[in-house]
Amino acid sequence: MALRKVKGNLERMFDKNLTDLVRGIRNNKENEAKFIAQCIEEIKQELRQENISVKANAVAKLTYLQMMGYDVSWAGFNVIEVMSSTKFTYKRIGYLAASQTFHPDTGLLMLTTNMVRKDLNSQSQYEAGLALSGLSCFISPDLARDLANDIMTLLSSTRPYLRKKAVLMMYKVFLRFPEALRPAFPRLKEKLEDPDSGVQSAAVNVVCELARKNPKNYLSLAPVFFKLMTTSTNNWMLIKIIKLFGALTPLEPRLGKKLIEPLTNLIHSTSAMSLLYECINTVIAVLISISSGMPNHSTSIQLCVQKLRILIEDSDQNLKYLGLLAMSKILKTHPKSVQSHKDLILQCLDDKDESIRLRALDLLYGMVSKKNLMEIVKKLMIHMDKAEGTSYRDELLSKIVEICSQNNYQHITNFEWYVSVLVELTRMEGTKHGPLVANQLLDVAIRVSAIRSFVVAQMALLLDNAHFITGFSQRASMCEVLYAAAWICGEFSEFLPDTKSTLEALLRARVSSLPGHIQAVYVQNIMKLYGRLLTANVDDANIDSDMVAKSMVEEISELVAGRLPSFVESSELEVQERASVALQLVKFVQKQMGKGQAAGLGAEIVSLFDGELNPVAPKAQKKVQVPEGLDLDEWINEPPPSESSDSEPEIERPNLFSAGNAENSYSESYQGAKPVELTQEELQKHRDARKFEQASNPNYLKGGTSESKSNYIDVSEVPVAQLDLPVSLKIPGLVSSDHYLKEQKEKVTSKKKVTKKKKKSKKSKESSDEEELATPLHVVNTDVGEMPEGASLSDGQDDENNDSNDPHRALDINLDEPLRAEEKLPVRSHREAPPSKLEVVGLKDEGSKKNKKKSLKKEDKKEKTKKSKKEKSVVMDLIQNGEHPNPPANEPSTDFWLDHADYEAMPDTSMSKSLLEEQENGKTKKKSCKSKEKTKDKKKRKEKNVIKSEDTDSLATDIASLSVEPSFVPNFVQVASNKDKTVSISTLPQLSGSQLLISVTVNNTTVSPLRSAEISFSKNADLELIPDGLKTTEFGSYRFQQEFPPGCLTFPLLFNVANVNSAYNVKATVIFNLESNQDKIDLAVNVPSALFLKPMPISGSDFAEKLASGDMQHLTSKKFQTKKTFKEALGFCMAIFCLVEQIGDTASLSAQTPKGQQVFLLLKSQGGTLSLDGKSDNQELIENVVQWLQQVLSA
Amino acid sequence: MIKAILVFNNHGKPRLSKFYQYFVSKSQKLIHSTQSHMYVYRRLRGQMADLNEDMQQQIIKETFQLVSKREDNVCNFLEGGSLIGGSDYKLIYRHYATLYFVFCVDSSESELGILDLIQVFVETLDKCFENVCELDLIFHVDKVHYILNELVMGGMVLETNMSEILTRVEEQSKLEKQEAGITAAPARAVSAVKNMNLSQQIKDIKLPDLPQAIKDLKF
Repeated sequence: MALRKVKGNLERMFDKNLTDLVRGIRNNKENEAKFIAQCIEEIKQELRQENISVKANAVAKLTYLQMMGYDVSWAGFNVIEVMSSTKFTYKRIGYLAASQTFHPDTGLLMLTTNMVRKDLNSQSQYEAGLALSGLSCFISPDLARDLANDIMTLLSSTRPYLRKKAVLMMYKVFLRFPEALRPAFPRLKEKLEDPDSGVQSAAVNVVCELARKNPKNYLSLAPVFFKLMTTSTNNWMLIKIIKLFGALTPLEPRLGKKLIEPLTNLIHSTSAMSLLYECINTVIAVLISISSGMPNHSTSIQLCVQKLRILIEDSDQNLKYLGLLAMSKILKTHPKSVQSHKDLILQCLDDKDESIRLRALDLLYGMVSKKNLMEIVKKLMIHMDKAEGTSYRDELLSKIVEICSQNNYQHITNFEWYVSVLVELTRMEGTKHGPLVANQLLDVAIRVSAIRSFVVAQMALLLDNAHFITGFSQRASMCEVLYAAAWICGEFSEFLPDTKSTLEALLRARVSSLPGHIQAVYVQNIMKLYGRLLTANVDDANIDSDMVAKSMVEEISELVAGRLPSFVESSELEVQERASVALQLVKFVQKQMGKGQAAGLGAEIVSLFDGELNPVAPKAQKKVQVPEGLDLDEWINEPPPSESSDSEPEIERPNLFSAGNAENSYSESYQGAKPVELTQEELQKHRDARKFEQASNPNYLKGGTSESKSNYIDVSEVPVAQLDLPVSLKIPGLVSSDHYLKEQKEKVTSKKKVTKKKKKSKKSKESSDEEELATPLHVVNTDVGEMPEGASLSDGQDDENNDSNDPHRALDINLDEPLRAEEKLPVRSHREAPPSKLEVVGLKDEGSKKNKKKSLKKEDKKEKTKKSKKEKSVVMDLIQNGEHPNPPANEPSTDFWLDHADYEAMPDTSMSKSLLEEQENGKTKKKSCKSKEKTKDKKKRKEKNVIKSEDTDSLATDIASLSVEPSFVPNFVQVASNKDKTVSISTLPQLSGSQLLISVTVNNTTVSPLRSAEISFSKNADLELIPDGLKTTEFGSYRFQQEFPPGCLTFPLLFNVANVNSAYNVKATVIFNLESNQDKIDLAVNVPSALFLKPMPISGSDFAEKLASGDMQHLTSKKFQTKKTFKEALGFCMAIFCLVEQIGDTASLSAQTPKGQQVFLLLKSQGGTLSLDGKSDNQELIENVVQWLQQVLSA
Repeated sequence: MIKAILVFNNHGKPRLSKFYQYFVSKSQKLIHSTQSHMYVYRRLRGQMADLNEDMQQQIIKETFQLVSKREDNVCNFLEGGSLIGGSDYKLIYRHYATLYFVFCVDSSESELGILDLIQVFVETLDKCFENVCELDLIFHVDKVHYILNELVMGGMVLETNMSEILTRVEEQSKLEKQEAGITAAPARAVSAVKNMNLSQQIKDIKLPDLPQAIKDLKF
């Protein structure tokens, strides 16, 4: 034996270990892939050997390769083998590999349940700790359900190391198995007051994570946390608690008021920056949640801002960053107090650190005023010229637009300046915000009617110099500006200085290289300009006599007719269509002119583009109500199922008129939302209100469209090469924005001079001076735009963008409700387990006794005030455990705790504590009685559990513990193996849609693979195999394309089922080659017709009606003896049926087949006799179902 | 929650990667949402494992690109790359000589706290490996994982007290040594021989002394 061991070790020496692998990879840098491929081959060899140390070595190497990016999931089975080793060294390697490679979807995990359980209950704390650490990385819903109870047991381990890990583990359990939260929560709460600070900290951590997503369920814990906050000195824990309070305060302003005092104390006293920062953050959150009514409200804000200023001024870049981040939170509610630190923030714009500059940019939004807007924008433009890296430049650009356009351009006094800024921005190369600039240009042109002639002139210049914009790179998004330019020039063509040259610019050959949607706009606006030129030249004069005008018109028509064909040839459908229509129009005009009948044609063409384009509100499209009878969720054509997997991500093209991409992303979440329903009266009201508003608003615009201004930020990052700008980019005629800045400055200085003179006489002049300057030169139309009738402009519907995959949604559970009797963690145990279980229970009891003793001693030492507090929390525990007769009693106590601050504006918290104590003292006696009862109850329950696990098998316990919860799934697994039992095949029939899915698992326990396996079925007319992944042979059998290596492999067989009413017995034979011998396994898969049934929810009245209607004419009844209780039988039935009604020991249930045939069942129990009465519209079906149920239930 | 802990060198070579989240790409989410068709689902699931490894590598690459272009005197926070979840997540990193230590965390973690945690992690490594250098991490990535497991569990901070962490690590390695006992002697001898020429190349890429500036941040 010893010799063998040594020999094994000798062999092992010459295997590569992890160090050798790493060294080898480093020495083979040139052909790394080849070397690793070779290593993987060796590893595969090693994994086949029996020696566990060799396997462990191989698995360790695989873990390293996984980090390098190699898929090692094929070795999952070996990883589990190594995990199950008895040696800690190997177990550790195995668990590490598992935590790196397994994930909740790994199918193999079901094999690990018992092994992990064994490790969790190990005597060695490090083995249990190892299992917990590993499990935290790969826990699946099944594992969570099966192991929840074992982890709960560890919560009361005597070792803090394990308690700590178990507490953290519970969070993962909750995520995967939300049902565990309520039964486990009281325990978790106890851990908040654990003697070990590490455990306490872990419990706080878990509650924080839970409360972050569903804060309202954890409000009742506020007193406990408050106490922890005022007593603890563990900064890690304090940070978490303070963060938690930040999440709770928005729900309960009273809590916020109570918090301000201790938080400000902490701010003053702590030296830890991290704690200081979190305190400030939470104070901000509190101040946001309290709208008014705080006396020292402004002092707290001042304190925060002051402290933040210190952070921002610090030389440490990290503090600077965080300071700015927190500042931006204050900005939202208290812009004034931030504005006083403008100097500091502007200074940060020049910081060398990009992250800090970005944060400072966020703050700029609140810094601007009418006075300084031009200056700040100028500064940003300079930054933009200097900036390296497109993403920062993009950020700058979008910020410029954001601060200028905020609140309907409220800070802009001179729109000529803004337009020139926008035009300057078009010269930015390689930005992705072209659509944004285009949007702004359109918006300004439409909203500010006074600016139109200026905009049109600028846009005409842009069109003329379009090559500057498109010239450098095809992918530059700035060409979107041409879209706006073309449209503005066309729509407001009356302002064009030289219509003809603009028309020529639009018709230039280069245009065909523009994106399709821009070309389409070009074509449309070419026609607008053409129409305008015709009216100008044709209609005024007498066309047929005025030769100059006539030749002019002919020339233009010639030009347009000559260039349009190139648009007609466009590959873009939109362009093609518009161009050919336009071309025919021009040809028609030419023809008419040839006939000498051209008079009035211009006006007619112009009338084509007549009509009002009213502004449309940003959300108008979504608010259009769905017509009756239209189901948007229904498929128009069923999609082929295979396509669901390879649907490509849609290529997003910024679409100007759908108002930005941000809105598109909303539409997904919107589908589920119901349109606002309004009564007729309200509708009328809305209509009237709108009409009135339109009539009274002098700025209401009769024509033009409007974009939404709020959704510009394009999230997708477009990689664009940065290009050097040639110097000669200045277009003559384009106005520079600097010009306006200078103008403004001059104005200010001149005015100041004036005011200085006047100052002597009037001191108050300065304030009015500001106003004077602020009067805008242009008026902005700030109308919201049209909405569909009956829709209101609410934002509520956009909030529902919750991710449906978020596991926290399932954790939104009310924890204050008392526990129901059936709410227990599922206890699973095997037959061997009970003795060890007993031990654990014994140990646990001892542990808890010890704890109690300890805590008793401690309590004695503590002051009386604290004692009463503790007792109070015991009462809360009681209430939450559900042993209190009237549970709502809990709320008042929390309320009282919260309200306390309201009544007594007492800053000293210890004083309020003593007050609280007085109130509580009266109740104390009652409570101690109850707590005794509670412990008694607990013991009883424990005993019960133990007995149960001893005398019943696992199946029975399942059902008993789940009571009548239908989560039990009937087990149809059947196993067959070959003669020498080396290869076994297990089959599991399942229903998949309307098809039958048989999962076949081949377990090959030999060392060599199964080759050329074939499967043949006995004929059955109603079942048809879908041979996907199988090859048909000439003998009517199917050949598997893959080999079956040693280990488990599962593959699906899918059948079309013609008749779902009958039961099937699928017989199949699998023939395969094993080590050159042929072997075979006969399979028999029983498919009961009950498998095809699905629970069908139906109301009691519908149920009775259906029975009375006579549709369900086929009846089958059975009566038989069984050991199963009614509850067990019902639990079983409810896996297939839906419970309609239950009265005592009688229950009615319903189910249906995929084809819609219904089955009703009446289950009765009388002293060991179960009776089943089934009714259905199909004789065969009901007979099969009832027969099968009898079989299973009487077994 | 901590979503991922990455350690890589100045060239982006991964030295440790620990993901506490299973990364699912867009197309995979689609599969999850259309589970109804069991067969397609299963067939695609086979390829998913592959995708996960690819995703992890891409995330490491992306994170490296984000972090490596930053100078040493700028702040240690930046918004996460698009792959790891965008701006909902923060990257908090420290750069020591040849190595970057990057933690990807969500909003429930304190930024300065995590910065300290990285410090604790590195100091612990320093104690365990006696003047830790990149080569220690290269050749003993398993040990680094074991140490990390005592700091962070399933994405949540487990312990921040260094002496407690060291005790746990040492006790566990003691367990391993006991198990190895006499039978491991020949193997140890061989690895000693193998390591003979290793000594000359090590210890040249030492990590510097821990920066003093951090002490201000400490609790």
